[in-house]
Amino acid sequence: MPLVFAGVCSHAPGIVGRAHMADPADRASCHAAFDDMRVEIEATKPDALIVIAAEHFANFFMNNMPAFAMAMTDHYEGPIEDEVWLGIRRHRIPGHADLALRLITRVLDEVDVAYAEEWKLDHGIMVPLHFLTPRYDLPIIAVNINCQGPPLTPLHRAHAFGRVLRRACDEVPERIALIGTGGISHWPATPISGRINEAFDREFLERWSANRRDELLAYRDEDTYRNAGQGGFEIRTFIAVSGATEGLAADVLYYRAIPTFSVGCTIGIVRGLEGYDAVPQAGGRRQG
Amino acid sequence: MSLYYLQKVLFQLNRDPGVRQRFDSDFAALLDEYELTEEEREALRKPDVGLLYVLGVNGQLLMHYAALCGMPWADYIEAMREGVCRHGPVRAGLYALPDPAP
Ligand SMILES: [Fe+2]
Repeated sequence: MPLVFAGVCSHAPGIVGRAHMADPADRASCHAAFDDMRVEIEATKPDALIVIAAEHFANFFMNNMPAFAMAMTDHYEGPIEDEVWLGIRRHRIPGHADLALRLITRVLDEVDVAYAEEWKLDHGIMVPLHFLTPRYDLPIIAVNINCQGPPLTPLHRAHAFGRVLRRACDEVPERIALIGTGGISHWPATPISGRINEAFDREFLERWSANRRDELLAYRDEDTYRNAGQGGFEIRTFIAVSGATEGLAADVLYYRAIPTFSVGCTIGIVRGLEGYDAVPQAGGRRQG
Repeated sequence: MSLYYLQKVLFQLNRDPGVRQRFDSDFAALLDEYELTEEEREALRKPDVGLLYVLGVNGQLLMHYAALCGMPWADYIEAMREGVCRHGPVRAGLYALPDPAP
């Protein structure tokens, strides 16, 4: 059936792992925004949550790097990172191999996605789940886009992948929620970690929230690297969500540049989804 | 320069407890399985996180290695800064692209 939920959020490890080092107001507002997103997702009563995340070398490496990969497994282990460093205990997290099989089969009609029956979750998925499914009781289908090891997945292919993934979801009976995680501008794990280009982020979120395809696909990686860092390559996950929700606008519920977390923390929710109707919308806008 | 194998050691170290154990107990033999220069082996042995950064190791691998070595976040960031001071700009990989605008 049509998607019941679609949105985007940040996934920087510092959001949990360095929460104790952040300004209390930053931490509280960011975590509250994630909580608003959780409430909205829960209200749609999804059967599964698809998480489109960015490559971080948890499962794939340059010996065999897929442009797109989807997990086809009934369980994951995560986080791969040190539990204390990330601030998240290791868990076994449910997957949905049968649903993934049907989705992947449909996606393969149009996009050559790799599949993996074994998958470890890193902060790109664990940080969102820590807030959004804190009891780890919702089956997850993990998706990976190569935003890390050049040559990277082209933006227009990320968009095309989102489109066919949406069609695949339309054709199965399950209620599916979808999120993309990552970016926007950041220079994670470099000497200038903590730099954030707020102007770049706000411009990107303009284009993303209005779902203006041509403007989203107009970004060039050289410019993104210069203005938004190598972390900016993760806009691919947001663009995949745009592809999955063509024609629909989104609300940016929260944006706040938080250098301690090394990213402009973002929560965005797509409005007007067919499957979303009759569900009360939580909270108001939280601007940082 | 064999950045591919240098990163591969760290990739396998980060995700495989067995490799992690051999890294502690059987370091030389483990590293013999990868094509590494003397400089790269030394950087891993010390560990010299700053040099590993300059050699081009991606932060998504290096930050976990730094955590594994027990380095607090601030020390890790500082080690990369010092590495650039001591060894010069990043030589390969994603961060060898032109310097980002201030
Ligand atoms: Fe990331």
